[in-house]
Parts: sequence; C-alpha cells; structure tokens
Amino acid sequence: MYKIKRENLSALFQLIAEKQELYLPIKVAEQVNFAPWIQECVVDLDTLKSVKSPKDIFFPQSENLYTVTQKNKKYTIKQEELQKQNFVVFGMKACDVQGVKVLDQVFLVKPIDTFYAARREHGTIVAMACNEPEESCFCKVFSVDCANPLADVAVWMVEDEMYWKAVTEKGEKLTEQVKELLNQTSDAEQSKLETLKENIHNIVEKLPYMNLSLEGWDGNATEKKFDSPLWDELYKPCLACGTCTFVCPTCQCYDIKDYDTGKGIQRYRCWDSCMYSDFTMMAHGNNRTSQMQRFRQRFMHKLVYYPANNNGMYSCVGCGRCVDKCPASLNIVKVIKAFHKEEDNK
Amino acid sequence: MSIENKEEFRPKIVAFCCNWCSYAGADLAGSSRLNYPADVKIIRVPCSCRVNPMFILRAFEKGADGVIMCGCHPGDCHYSTGNYYARRRMTLLFSMLDYIGVENGRTRVEWVSAAEGVKFSTTMNEFVEKIYSLGENVRLGDLRCKN
Amino acid sequence: MQELVNRAKELLADGTVTRVLGWKSGDLAYNPEPAYFETAEELDNFVYNGFCGANLSKYMIKASKLEGKTLVFLKPCDTYSFNQLIKEHRVDREKTYIIGIGCKGKLDIEKIKKMGIKGIETISGINTEDDTEVLTIQTVYGEKTCKYSDAMFERCHVCKGKEHKIHDELIGESKDTKDKERFEEIEKIEAMSPEEKFAFFQNELSKCIRCNACRNVCPACSCLKCVFDSNKFDSQQKANVDSFEEKMFHIIRAFHVAGRCTDCGECSRVCPQGIPLHLFNRKFIKDINEFYGDFQAGEDAETNGPLTSFTFEDVEPSVVSERG
Repeated sequence: MYKIKRENLSALFQLIAEKQELYLPIKVAEQVNFAPWIQECVVDLDTLKSVKSPKDIFFPQSENLYTVTQKNKKYTIKQEELQKQNFVVFGMKACDVQGVKVLDQVFLVKPIDTFYAARREHGTIVAMACNEPEESCFCKVFSVDCANPLADVAVWMVEDEMYWKAVTEKGEKLTEQVKELLNQTSDAEQSKLETLKENIHNIVEKLPYMNLSLEGWDGNATEKKFDSPLWDELYKPCLACGTCTFVCPTCQCYDIKDYDTGKGIQRYRCWDSCMYSDFTMMAHGNNRTSQMQRFRQRFMHKLVYYPANNNGMYSCVGCGRCVDKCPASLNIVKVIKAFHKEEDNK
Repeated sequence: MSIENKEEFRPKIVAFCCNWCSYAGADLAGSSRLNYPADVKIIRVPCSCRVNPMFILRAFEKGADGVIMCGCHPGDCHYSTGNYYARRRMTLLFSMLDYIGVENGRTRVEWVSAAEGVKFSTTMNEFVEKIYSLGENVRLGDLRCKN
Repeated sequence: MQELVNRAKELLADGTVTRVLGWKSGDLAYNPEPAYFETAEELDNFVYNGFCGANLSKYMIKASKLEGKTLVFLKPCDTYSFNQLIKEHRVDREKTYIIGIGCKGKLDIEKIKKMGIKGIETISGINTEDDTEVLTIQTVYGEKTCKYSDAMFERCHVCKGKEHKIHDELIGESKDTKDKERFEEIEKIEAMSPEEKFAFFQNELSKCIRCNACRNVCPACSCLKCVFDSNKFDSQQKANVDSFEEKMFHIIRAFHVAGRCTDCGECSRVCPQGIPLHLFNRKFIKDINEFYGDFQAGEDAETNGPLTSFTFEDVEPSVVSERG
C-alpha cells in the first residue's frame, strides 16, 4: 500500500492526466458532477455524492452511433468510433462501482454492447471510501461496503493523507505510472486505516436506512407485488419527471433516435426514463398507459425483474441519490417500507 | 474563424413573411426588379401572429445566422389584431435572447405592407449587412447541424 | 399543525369534502410528501412544517377531476397559482375547499447540506408554530445549528406577501420573510456584457440533465401533452446532446409560461442540479412590468394576461436593441 499527501493530489491528477484522460468530481456552478480534468477546474473530493452518478462516463447520456450524410444524391454512412484511448475515473464511491457492475450484467452479456464494452475495457476506476456517509445512504442493505471500495484501485483519505492500494492488474499499471509521487506506508499507518474503516462501519450502523429489510423482494415476487393495491396509493405524488432515473447509477434504459442535421441524419442513443409518457412507445401505442404502471415498473424492475434475470442481484445499490433529489420526496426506500407495513398489517 | 474563411462567410437568413402584406411586398420588390440578397430565405406564414417563438429558435438551431419577421403594419392586419399579439411576443422573446447573451441584432421585426416593395428590399439589404457584420451565429446553433 | 388536522377531520366527517390534499410525514427529518387523505385515521400522518415546500395547486389539476370536493391546504404563494389555474379552466373552484395556511418561509435541505451538515437525524425548529429563528440539527456527527433564514429557498427571500389571494378559510399566521429585491439578480445579469451573460447561462444550463422536473412541477405547465413530448420533434425531451437543446427547452418553457408564471419558484426548488431557473421566468415578469405595466399573474382569476391582450401603443420589438 502507498500514500500521498493531500496537497500533492493536484500533482497526482496532473500526472495521470498527462498520460490519459482523467475524470473526477468537478464543481461547476455549485454542483459536483464527474467531468474530464482540466488545469483550471475545481476538483471536489469532499462532497459525498455527485449529482449525476458517474455511470455516464461509461454510458453517456447521449452518444452518437453513426452519421449518414447526403451529397449529390449519394449517401455515406460513417460509424462512430469505439473508445480507443485509456482513461481513468477517480473518486467513484463503492456504490457507484457496484452500479457499474449492474450495468455490466446488462451491456456485457450477449449481444454485447460494443460502445460500452470498449469504454469498460479502457477505463481504470480509482474508487474512494466514504469517510462520512450520509442519512440517505443505504448501501449496506445491498451488501456494499463503503469503507472498502472494490475497483481497480482503492483509496482512503486518512487525515491529510491519501492511502492508495492497487487491487487489479489495471490498478497495478496505473500505480506504476504514478509511483514517483507515492510513498510506501508503514505498519502503524496500516492500523490507522483499520481504525478509519472501523469508524466508518460504526457510523454506517447509526444511519436511519441501513437496517432496511429487503424481505419479500426477490426474483419470485412478481405475482405478490405486481397487483398490490398499494401502487395506486404510492404513485400519487409522483410528478412523472425523470430525475430519479437520470441520477441513478443503475438505470440503463435508453432510446435510439435520429436527428435531422439538414444534410443527413445522426443516429444517437440517449437515456430514457420509464417515468416518461412515451417510454417504449411503439406503433401500436404504449405498453404502460398510466403513471401508476410506469411508477410500478421502475421499482419492480430494480427489485424483482432484474434479480430474476441476474441470480438475485438487485439493480439498486443504495446510493440514495433518488432520496436526495426526488421533487416529491418519493423514493425506493419509501416503497420498500410501505410494502413491509402492508404485509405486517395482514 | 480565420480571415480567409471570413471572406467566404455567407449568412443564412430566414424571413418569416405574412401572407397578406409582407409576402406581397416581397413579390412587389421582385416584380419591380429591386435587389435584395439571395441569402434571405422567405417562409410564408398566414399571419405574423403565426410565428411561434419556437420557429425562431428552430431556425437558429438548424443554422440560421439571422431571423427577421415581417408582418402587416399595426392596424392593417388581415385578421384585425394578429400582429399586435405578435409584437408583444417578439418583444419579449428578443429581450430574452439579449438576456442570455445572444448578440443584439440577429433578430428583427419589420412591418412591411403589400405596397412597400422598396421598404422590403432596403430592410433586407440592411439586415443582411448587419448579419455580415455580426458574423456566424455560434451561440444559438446545434453543433450537429454545423458539420 | 394540530388545528389543521382537526379542521380537516371535521370537514371530512360532515361530508363537506371527500378527500384532503396535504402532506404526509416522510421517513427522514426533511422529506414529507404531498398526499391524499380520505379518512380520519390517515390524517394522523398529516404533517405541515418548513419542509412542506411543494405547491399543491399543481396536484389540484388532477384532484379537481375526481368525484367530490377536495380540501386543499395552500400557502400564500400557492394561492396565486390556484387563481391562475382557475383563469385557465384547469381546476374547478366548485370542487375545491381551500384552507389558507400560514407560512414563515420554506426550507431548502440542499442549502442545509451545502453548509456541510450531513448525517441528519432530526431537525427542530421547523414547525410554523415554533418560536425560534434557529434550526437545531441532530446528526450522526454531532449537533449543528443554522439560522432559519439561511436555509430558506430563494423564493422566500423575495416573498410576494402574507396575503392569501383565494381561500375559504384561513388558519395560522404567516411571517414576512422578504429581505431582498425581487429583480435584483435580474438587473445584475442585465448589466453584464453579452459575453458574460452567455458564459453565465452556459455554465448554469450545461448542468441540465433534461429530467423535466421543472416542467412537471410547474403549475403553469399544465398542457396535457408538451411539445417536447412529441416524438416527431427532434429536439425532444430526453436527449441532451449539446448545449443548444437546454437553451431551447428552457427559453421555450419560460416563454410559454410568460404572463402566466406567478413566480412561485417551484422550478428552482426541484432542479436536481440547482439551476436558478427562476431567472428566466422573472426576466419575463420584469419585461412585462416594464413594457406593459405592472402585472402579477394569479392576483385574481379574471384579468386578461399580458400576452393575451395588447394596446395600440405597445413598444416595438426594436426597443430591445435600442436600449443598448
């Protein structure tokens, strides 16, 4: 394990960015989101959660697939190139890393999504432990340990130093690149890290959502949950905006559309939200015609359909972004709790 | 933009003309053999009031460098009051564009009657001149339409 | 708060209303959600405190289509939106029973979190009746305090006043929270150079994720199908391809509610990226006041809006470039 002083971090970022693109949490107009590092940017490692999850580094909100141009009645089709350059994502949290694993289950199984696969192949993730988890966090419920992020490299902020540990081969490679700035840690520092982890675990125990039970939510729960009259009550405050889906690290639905450039078209894909009225719109109309159905779809997908197809893995990681951001203060925790209450009453 | 390119710059200008006055005014300009630049592309609308602010933004999105709207003189609207409503809308929209930092002068409203072929031609000449001086529209365009 | 619950129970019991639209307590210290109540037992979960920022007038569009009368609790600023909705025939006054409730400014949890307060367990001092200017916040990282007014939404600092513009009865006292000029921010931006203005808005709008929360929460955005929901339209809804689309969306949205926007500030409240969207709406309001005389949407339910009326002497659009 290695360490680096906090004040040397900007030198570290510079060094990484010299060799490849570097994404990290950057503050723009008071909000922190992942963005490419540039010399004059404001890096913010203290804000626990970026507004948008870092999933858009691997699965951008919108990306071109190909371009068709017309010239003299001739059409040329140009495919968008796949990611070829290596890049580093610095400062993802344990829940965000788990979010990427959820996306992997969708995009890296056959038929493989080549755009996503190329980005995954060339991306190295440096994940950071959460020193001060917040009340909206519930990662423990999904067996994510925010004190031990599992990515290519794991880092911890201990007092004014950052501890650096390579976990995978990709991580080792990155460590080699920046070795000049890193120092070996001593045994005493090892134990300091252990204390930090213990502290984090203690805080996690105190957070209000951490003991949420997922009992009754699994791949076999479709029949029990789908027709529950509870949905009719739960969806009512929902405004049908896409905030929850767009800040979520695991929502992976997208739409493919054409944009008329006047000289041809650009075919692109962009995130879609099951909360929108035209989600999965087809020639015959729409599968889900009411907001209740759309609302139900989101939670059933995360807690029932997805586990049914992926050996019980939930497609929620407990990052709590939807808890923080929903304009009507609805969220997945309230839904889970409401069902528990209903079942207790029976 | 380099100097060489600047010489090649030909602005794209969209003119929304109402069917009853300004479009006829353009016609008159043509039949009177008055010149106005070919950079102006006229879109005929039933009334200036038909011009939705979205039309103007869409024109910019798709690559226009200037947008001008022409209608009957206030009081002369074929539908009595359409241009009065249009006048309020455009005032507010132009003020908003100015507020978000789009150069002043990329948008304009001019009242041109069916008898004012000369006015139509001079207005268009002036407007094109103005857009030449402002150069390419970079703040209100969709990048995908540029390449 | 108990007074509100009691009155609601009475009105439910004597059959005046069939349902109550209010707020239900959440599972954290700060997340009550808008909710319908149909029985006295359900009303035990009713809550009204500083975090009940949602403007329930929007929910009345749907509620007034339901059978029977709905009791709705409206804060002073919400009544403007309700009036405006009556004017546009979006709500049915006959099917609504309005209780105007007191407000001493609503709290923005984002602002509290921005002060570095995290791990929040409980917050005291948030009730309308509480006689304190300070919030005491218990967190897993210890006790913190902050001034009530420092945690208020921007909209409360430019509050339109304590008066309810429409109501059947009133319960509770309001407090004057206005301590800023409404158009101060707008004037600051207007004074910038075009380059600065453009950079400012580019910076703010580049954060937009096109979640449409601002549109969906807006009481003035009551179209059944928004133009941006049409799939025949290529700058539609969810795409966020480049910076133009956000500008287009926000300008058009602000324009569509111009003259109808009551400046309730819901758009800025819900934006997950904290974009000050009220800057657009308020600019239109300022322009309307300047060009066509002072107008406050929602002041009453009858007056014609500034964009649905005109005078022969209106200023010409060229005024924009002439004023420099």
